[in-house]
Amino acid sequence: MTQLFSSISASVLVLIVLGLGIVGYVTMRSRAIASGGGDARNLHSLPSYYGANAAMMIAIPSLLVMVLWMLLQPMVIQNTVIKLIPDQMVSEGSSVGLVMSDVRRIADGLDAAVAQGAMSGQEAAGLDAVETDVRSRLAEVGVALGSDVQAPILAAAQKYRLLSQSWRAAMVAVVLVMALAGLGFAYRQTDKDFRARNVVEAGVKGLLIIAASLAILTTVGIVFSMLFESINFFRMHPWQDFFLGGSWAPNFRGNSDLSILPLLWGTLYISFIALLVAVPIGLFAAIYLSEYAGPKVRSAAKPLLEILAGIPTIVYGLFALLTVGPFLVNIFGRGDNGVLGVDWMSGATSVLTAGLVMGIMLIPFVSSLSDDIINAVPQSLRDGSYGLGATHSETVRQVILPAALPGIVGAILLAASRAIGETMIVVLGAGAIARFSGNPFEGMTTITTRIVSQLTGDTDFASAETLVAFALGLTLFVLTLALNVLALYIVRKYREQYE
Amino acid sequence: MTDVANTGAPAAPKTSKSLLTQDARTIKRNRAETRFKMYGIAAISIGMLMLVILLTTIIGRGTGAFQQTFITLSVPLTEAKIDKTGTRDIEQIKKVSTFGYAPLLSAAFAQKVTELGIETDLKPKDMANLLSKDAPATLRDYVLENLDQIGQTVEFEFLAQSRVDGYLKDRVDRGSIANDKNISAEQLDLVDGLLVAGTLEKRFNISFITGADASDARPEAAGMGVSMIGSLSMMLVVLVLALPIGVAASIYLEEFAPKNWITDVIEVNISNLAAVPSIVFGILGLAVFINYMHLPNSAPLVGGLVLTLMTLPTIIISTRASLKAVPPSIRDAALGVGASKMQSVFHHVLPLAAPGILTGTIIGLAQALGETAPLLLIGMVGFIASNPPETIAEGLLSPNSAMPAQIYEWAKRSDPAFYERAWGGIIILLVFLISMNAIAVMLRRRFERRW
Repeated sequence: MTQLFSSISASVLVLIVLGLGIVGYVTMRSRAIASGGGDARNLHSLPSYYGANAAMMIAIPSLLVMVLWMLLQPMVIQNTVIKLIPDQMVSEGSSVGLVMSDVRRIADGLDAAVAQGAMSGQEAAGLDAVETDVRSRLAEVGVALGSDVQAPILAAAQKYRLLSQSWRAAMVAVVLVMALAGLGFAYRQTDKDFRARNVVEAGVKGLLIIAASLAILTTVGIVFSMLFESINFFRMHPWQDFFLGGSWAPNFRGNSDLSILPLLWGTLYISFIALLVAVPIGLFAAIYLSEYAGPKVRSAAKPLLEILAGIPTIVYGLFALLTVGPFLVNIFGRGDNGVLGVDWMSGATSVLTAGLVMGIMLIPFVSSLSDDIINAVPQSLRDGSYGLGATHSETVRQVILPAALPGIVGAILLAASRAIGETMIVVLGAGAIARFSGNPFEGMTTITTRIVSQLTGDTDFASAETLVAFALGLTLFVLTLALNVLALYIVRKYREQYE
Repeated sequence: MTDVANTGAPAAPKTSKSLLTQDARTIKRNRAETRFKMYGIAAISIGMLMLVILLTTIIGRGTGAFQQTFITLSVPLTEAKIDKTGTRDIEQIKKVSTFGYAPLLSAAFAQKVTELGIETDLKPKDMANLLSKDAPATLRDYVLENLDQIGQTVEFEFLAQSRVDGYLKDRVDRGSIANDKNISAEQLDLVDGLLVAGTLEKRFNISFITGADASDARPEAAGMGVSMIGSLSMMLVVLVLALPIGVAASIYLEEFAPKNWITDVIEVNISNLAAVPSIVFGILGLAVFINYMHLPNSAPLVGGLVLTLMTLPTIIISTRASLKAVPPSIRDAALGVGASKMQSVFHHVLPLAAPGILTGTIIGLAQALGETAPLLLIGMVGFIASNPPETIAEGLLSPNSAMPAQIYEWAKRSDPAFYERAWGGIIILLVFLISMNAIAVMLRRRFERRW
C-alpha cells in the first residue's frame, strides 16, 4: 500500500483530484435536478452551482493541504535526519547544510538506482557502507559523488529515503481521503433547498482573498528569506565590521573583511551621477512637454522618450561596457592618443560610465512622473500669474515649479530608488573593486554587483562570504523601501493639496 | 469731451517711448523666455539623440551576427579513416573521435586549394585551421547519421573560424593579428584567394536564431535558439500563474474589499512590491525555491516563478485600472435585474475589462522577458545548454538559459566575436519586445471603449 501510494507523483495526484472534481460536478448537478423533481425551477440556485459546490468541496481543501504538505515536508524530514548525523562529522570544516546536501544526493542516487533497476528496493534500504562501495555503485547509474560515503551519512540517507517515502505515501492518502470526504460532504449537502450559489460565491471570494494576500506573502517571503540568512551571517561575522568596517575584501578561505560601507559609497556615487544626468534633462523635458509643446509634438515625443524606459537593462549594460566606456576612455584616457591628451581613465568600466548610462535610463522616469505632476497644478495658478504680467518662463519658475516641488521631489526619490537597486548596468559597467574614492574615472563596485558575484557560481551556504549577500540584499531592500514609502507619502500628500 | 480732458494729462513717463519698442528689461525678460524654452528643446533632443544612438549602435553592431562566413568543401569520406573494419558497424564508427576526422578536412582543404590554383606555403593542417573547430564534429555527426555515404565524396558548407569571419566583417585586419595565434597573415592571403574563387562566402546564418550556445573557442557556432526556448518556457509559467492570480487579486481589491486597514496594508504592499529591485526577487527565488523547496537549479520553472512574483504587481495595477474604467451603471444594471454581486462582476464587468487586462498582461510579460538580474542568482547563466528540450516538462525542469541571460553570458566573454553575438541577441530580444508591445497597442486601439 505504502509502495503504491508513494509511487504516485504530485502531478498525477493533482490530476486524480481534478478528475474527482469533475465527477463530483456532474453527479451532484444531476442529483440536485433530481431532488427538485426534474425541474430546475424548484431549486434554490441554478443547477451548475450545485455541481460547482461539489467540485469546490473536493478540490480546494485537498489541494491546499497538498501544497502546505509539500512546503512543510522537507523541513520536518530534515530536522529528523539531522539528529542522526554525529556532531564530529559536521565540525570537520563543513556545515550541517553541506552534510545534508550530501545526504540528499545519496538518497536521490539510491532512488535513481532503484528506478533504473540496478538495485532492488530492499537492497537499497539495506546497503552497508563498510561492505559495499556505495560510491561506485551509484556511479554506475550516473550519480557522481564527490567523496566516499561514510557510514553515518549513508544511514542518514537511508533514513531520509524511508521518511520521504512514508511521508509521501501519507500525503497521497490524506489528500485522497480529503477529496473523497469532500465528495461525500457535497453529496449530503446537495438538495433542492441547499443555497448552493451563496456557498460557491463565498468560496470564490475566499479564493480571491487568497490571491490578494499573495502580495503580502511575497513581501513576508522576501523579508524572512533574507532575514534568516542575514541572522546566520551575523552569527559568523561581527555586525560591527559589516556596518562600520572600512574595507570589502572577501576571501573564500574565510576571515574576510565584509563591510557594506565601500559598497554603499559606490552605489550612492553612481546613483548621484545618474541623477545628475537624469534630473535636469528629465525635468526640462517634462516642463517643455507639459507647458510649451503642442499636442502633435507631445504625442510624438512622450512615447519616444518612454521607449528608453522599456529597453531591458541588459541592453544598457552592454551599451555601457562596449560603447560608452570605450568612448569615455577615448576622451579622458589613453594619454596623448586621447582626445583631451590626458590619462585619467584606464578601463572602460568606471563610475562615470555606469552613472551616465543609468542616467539615460532614468530620464523617462523623471520626465513622465514630473509631467503628470506639472499637469496636476491647477490652471488658475497659471492664469493668475499671467494676469500679473509674468512671462511663460517666469510663471513656470516662480509659480508652477514651487507648487509642484513636493511631487517632483517624490519623483526624484523614486528615480533614486531605481538607481540604487539597478543591477545589470553596474554589473557590466561599474567595475569590481570596492574603494572609497571620489574619482569618477575609477571603477567602483556596488551593493547589487556584490550580491550577484557572491551568489553566482558554486556557492556554499555555510560561509560568511556567501551569506553576506543576504545581509546586503536586506539592506538594499530596506533602503529602497524607505525611499519608496517616503516618495509615495510625499506624492500622495501633494495630490491631496490640489484636490 | 474726454479727449479735451486727456490733453491736459501729464506726459507718459520717459522710459517707454512707445509700446512698439521694447525697453531693456522687456528684452531681457524675453531673452530669458527664449532661453528657457531652448533648455526644454535641448533636453528633449538629448533624450531623442540618446535613443537614436542606442538604436543605431544596436543595429550597427548586431546585424553582423546574422551573417556568417561559410566555406564550401568537398570531403571524401575515406573508409580507411572512418570505418577501419569496413563492417559499417555504428558502434565501431562511434569509436572514431572528432580528432579522427580532422585529417579528412585537411586533405580536402589542400585539394581544394590546389584545384583553385591558389599559391600558398601553408601546410594542409594550417589551411584546415580556417574552418571552425566545430567542423570535425559536423562531419562526424553527418557520418553517424548517413552510414551509407562512407566512401563517397560529399559537399559540406562549414562555418569558418571566428577570425576569418571577423576579417570579412572588418573586425580583424592584418595589423590586429600580429600577436594572434589563431590566425596568420598567410592564412588571410588564402582567405582572399578563396573569397575570389567563391569557395568562401558570407551569408545569412539561420543557426544564430535557432542554434544553441557554444563554448568559448567557437563563437561562430553560438546561437540564441535554446535560450529562446528557455525564455518562452518562463513566459508560459508567468502567463499561467500571474494572469489568474493577478486578475483574482485585482477583482477582490477593486470590487469586494471592504475599506479597512487590512486592505490598506495589501494596497501599500502591492505598490511597494512594484518598486522592489529585481535582484531582491532573485534572492527570494534562490532562498525559497532552490534552497528550501529544492526545485532544480537553473530550471526555467524557477525563473518563471520568480518572474511571476515580479510581474504580479504590474498586472494587478493595470487590471485594477481597467476594472475601474468600467462604469458603475453596468454593475447597477446587472444587480438591478437580479444578478448577485459575483455574477455582475464575472458576467459583465470582467468581460468588458478584458482587453485592458490583456494589454496590461502583455506589457508585464514584455517586462519579465527582458529581466536579467534575478536569473543570474538562480543559476541561469554560466553553462552551455546544447540541446533543445524535447518535452514541455523537460523544457521547464532541465537547466536552460534565457535570452537576456545568454546576452550577459556573451558580454562577459572577452572575445569580440561574442560581443557581436551579444548585440545580435539584443536585436532578437528587442524584436520580441517590440512585437509584444505592438500587439498590446493594437489591442488597446481595437477594443478601447470610451464610456
